[in-house]
Amino acid sequence: MTERSNEQWLAELRGPERDRALADLRAVLVRGLRVALRGRVRQGLNEAAEDFAQEALIKIMANLDTFRGESQFTTWAQKIAVRTASTELRRKRWRDVSLQEVLDRYGTHSGESDRLADEQPTPEQLTMRSTMVATVRRFVDDELTDKQREAIVAVMFEGMPQEEAARRMGTNRNALYKLMHDARTRLKKRMEAEDLSAQDVLGSIGEG
Amino acid sequence: MTMWNPNDLGKLVWMVAETREEEIGCDECFEQLDRFVEMRLSGLDAVAAMPLVQDHLEKCGDCHEEFEMLLESLRASVRASGAWEPIWRLWVRVRRALGSR
Repeated sequence: MTERSNEQWLAELRGPERDRALADLRAVLVRGLRVALRGRVRQGLNEAAEDFAQEALIKIMANLDTFRGESQFTTWAQKIAVRTASTELRRKRWRDVSLQEVLDRYGTHSGESDRLADEQPTPEQLTMRSTMVATVRRFVDDELTDKQREAIVAVMFEGMPQEEAARRMGTNRNALYKLMHDARTRLKKRMEAEDLSAQDVLGSIGEG
Repeated sequence: MTMWNPNDLGKLVWMVAETREEEIGCDECFEQLDRFVEMRLSGLDAVAAMPLVQDHLEKCGDCHEEFEMLLESLRASVRASGAWEPIWRLWVRVRRALGSR
C-alpha cells in the first residue's frame, strides 16, 4: 500500500484517484478493527470488521472537511471507525434492556450486602455506617433531580453504557455526561457546605 | 425510594471527590482523542500535555473503552509498519540532548 501524507490522503480521496485511496483506507481500518474487536466480538470477527469499516468510510467521507490535521489522517479515520464499531456493539448488547428494567433491577438487589461473610462490624461501626449512608442519601435527595439519580444508578451502579442510557433518556452521551458532572458538582458543594469530607464518608462505610 | 447500596454510595462519593469544576465532555474528548493516542504511542507525556482528556477518560466508561480500542488498533499498525519509529527515535534524541533519563 502507498504511504501517504495527510495532504495526499485528502487530495486523493477528493480527486480522480478516489477508488484506490478508498480501498487502501478501508484496508487500514479493517486491520485496526480486527485487533480492536478481538475479545469484544464473539464470532464473525472479520465480517464485523469489514462491516464497521464500510460504515465508517461513509462517515469519514462525509466529514473530510472536519479533519484539522492535528494527527495522522489514518489515526483520525481509525478513531471514527472505533466509534462506529463501539456504538453498534453497545446498541446490540443492550438492545433488549429498557432503562426501567435496569432501575428496577437495582431496586431489587441494592439492599443486599456484598460484604465478606467473615466481616463482623461492631455495633458502633454499624450505627456510624447507617448514619453516614442516610446522610449522603439525604444530600442526594435534596440536591439531585430524578434524571440525575436515574443516570447515576444506570451508569455508575449498573454499568449501563452512557450512550445507551442517554438514548433511553431522550438525550445524547455528551449531554448525559454533563448532567452527571452537574450532579457530582452539586453533591461536592453540599458536602463542603456540611463540612463532610470524602474520607469521612468512605471511612465510615468501610471503603476507606 | 430505592435503597442505595453503601458500596455504591462509596463509589459515588469517590467520584464526587474527584470532580473538577472544569471537565470536558465526550464530544470534546473525541475531538482530541486521536492526538492524545498518538502522543501516547510516541512515548510523549500525553497526560501532562492533555490533562483534561486524561481526566475524562478516567471518568467516562464509554470514552475509555474507545480510547483502548483505538490504542490497540494503532499499536497493531505500528507493529505492522514501524510507522511511529521515526517520531520515537526523534523523542529519544531530544531527551538525550536535554540530559534527561
